[in-house]
Amino acid sequence: MSNAQPTTARGDELLIVENVRKYFPITRGIIFQKQVASVKAVDGVSFSLSSGETLGIVGESGCGKSTLARCIVRLLDTTDGRITFEGRDITKLSRPAMRPIRREMTMIFQDPYASLNPRKRVGFIIGEALEVHKLGTASEVKTRVQELLEVVGLNPEHYNRFPHEFSGGQRQRIGVARALAVNPKLIVCDEPVSALDVSVQAQILNLLKDLQDDFGLTYLFIAHDLNVVRHISDRVLVMYLGKIKEVASREILYREPKHPYTGALLSAVPIANPELGRAREPIVLEGDVPSPVNPPSGCNFHPRCPRFVEGHCDVEEPPLYPFGNDHVAACHYPLERWPMAADEMRRASKSPEQALPA
Amino acid sequence: MALLEVQDLRTSFQTEDGIVKAVDGVSFSIEKGQTLGIVGESGCGKSVTCLTIMGLNAKRNTISGGQALWKGRDLLTASPRVLRDIRGNEMSMIFQDPMTSLNPVHSIGKQLVEAVRLHRDVSTRVARSRALELLKAVGIPRAEGRIDDYPHQFSGGMRQRVMIAMALINDPDLLIADEPTTALDVTTQAQILNLMKRLQEDFGSAILIITHDLGVVAETADDVLVMYAAKVVEEANVNDLFSRPQHPYTWGLMGSLPRLETDVERLTQIPGQPPSLLRPPSGCRFHPRCPYVMSVCKTTVPELLPARHDPEHRQACHLDDETKEREAAKLLEATMAETA
Repeated sequence: MSNAQPTTARGDELLIVENVRKYFPITRGIIFQKQVASVKAVDGVSFSLSSGETLGIVGESGCGKSTLARCIVRLLDTTDGRITFEGRDITKLSRPAMRPIRREMTMIFQDPYASLNPRKRVGFIIGEALEVHKLGTASEVKTRVQELLEVVGLNPEHYNRFPHEFSGGQRQRIGVARALAVNPKLIVCDEPVSALDVSVQAQILNLLKDLQDDFGLTYLFIAHDLNVVRHISDRVLVMYLGKIKEVASREILYREPKHPYTGALLSAVPIANPELGRAREPIVLEGDVPSPVNPPSGCNFHPRCPRFVEGHCDVEEPPLYPFGNDHVAACHYPLERWPMAADEMRRASKSPEQALPA
Repeated sequence: MALLEVQDLRTSFQTEDGIVKAVDGVSFSIEKGQTLGIVGESGCGKSVTCLTIMGLNAKRNTISGGQALWKGRDLLTASPRVLRDIRGNEMSMIFQDPMTSLNPVHSIGKQLVEAVRLHRDVSTRVARSRALELLKAVGIPRAEGRIDDYPHQFSGGMRQRVMIAMALINDPDLLIADEPTTALDVTTQAQILNLMKRLQEDFGSAILIITHDLGVVAETADDVLVMYAAKVVEEANVNDLFSRPQHPYTWGLMGSLPRLETDVERLTQIPGQPPSLLRPPSGCRFHPRCPYVMSVCKTTVPELLPARHDPEHRQACHLDDETKEREAAKLLEATMAETA
């Protein structure tokens, strides 16, 4: 599998993900359940994350980005592959062995309405992790929680309130405080701002950036909004149907995307500027994301790809070709330049061997 | 005469905690073939405005005032029977969530046929061929084979297409789209927006599009209404709104948007939360969050007045014109920095 090689090797990695697969079985029968097929939610994903870095993961719904996040924090067990955190293989660790590591990596969830227990007070929700890890006495926990409330911009006196007394943005701040409570190194953010209004979204994004500066945090930031990912990430990884399509630094990915899928995603984003937005011709992908039960052969993007070449793309799976500066893309016919008009995109001229920089 | 003329529309809901004024004096008009966008954050009253026009609020606890003239006839005082004739026929609506707005126990064909036969005296067969025609028009592949499928057999984007087909099946003069792409992925959103644009060209309907996404508004609307806490704070042609925004709330919205075209280290955020409509702030409702707040803002409600540079551009803010011009230019410079 060409997707198997780690995309970078720098030596200061906090997290290394190698060839991770997650297949969900589809079973038939009630008593004698037999597996008839599997949903290939994540299919051979490798990347690494350095300390203090923010890696953005983008893709459409159903591309496996949330499953990947859950595999990394071990909320789900992987089917295959290896996850190394701080130099230690955590893929198969038992629950007790995993516990101390859970202090090092925490998660912020998408829906601030569903991820806070409505029957618990805010103080308990934030302090629970401290109690589980036995970090301090009751009064120390309380002081720490009030400190955290202040850090995320809430009133420490709201310690005894219930989640329903807060607005969506404030709840997400509680979620951030909870993730921060145990002083983690890595925070996995699964669509932390997609349920929020723009003005509140900006508040949370600014908060996340400030916290990163103050506490030296590393983020794995999952989102479907390319504007948000561009704003917060150092590097961006584009996923489609369980596989990596392109990885590059933020500047390069948004300036010179190589994969037609990245190009289509970029051109589909509405621009909040009527003169600019209406002047361009968006590359509209036809159809929907195929089922991950039966992914297309060869390059799994080929049925929707404007540059599809018969007999090549549907037969041979493209490896992640390097384009210099840690920029890789899995495409046989990468984009020559950007931006590109829709009809120009349809004319694939060079194969990557020719397109590669000398 | 305008197709739809809304004057001083007011809607309040009686709740256990008191009266919530969800829409407080909104006026606008839509001409044939025009696309009007309403932008604002959740709870600003943009959806309630549409529901009131369509007569879809629960009667029990709602008090409505003002006028909504549809081709000269007031919809707020119209009988349920008249409203039924208009809804889904001359005026139709696409709802936000395609997952919950189709009936799960009927095939989409049956639901489409029902929409036709409710307003046209035609046979089921004719209605069905009309349904098929629309499903093809909105780009559902193999429409013949899929017309008898149930909603759960379609993906989100496809369901939204079915909703659009249903809304357009009787050639409405006005299509109200309430956050039509919010639940969808960007690529599907681009497909749906393209489709709406194309269908508007083909059918010549007017569109009222409600969204919180400034990008969607910039790409689709001709004119835009910005709402905040149940009131209109700014109203302008789309190009003018984006090049010379006049209201601090609009500046805040534009500044808080992370953009593909430009790099900003820090987003300008609007501090605080949108106010509760049970007890809205005195004076200008934006004053507790406004960085330019003056003492007059706390006591006097600003009127929606024409801007100095263009009488068509109206805004409700006490700030002087020089400050507005200066701030708008500053904002534009910041967001356009890299595009030049």
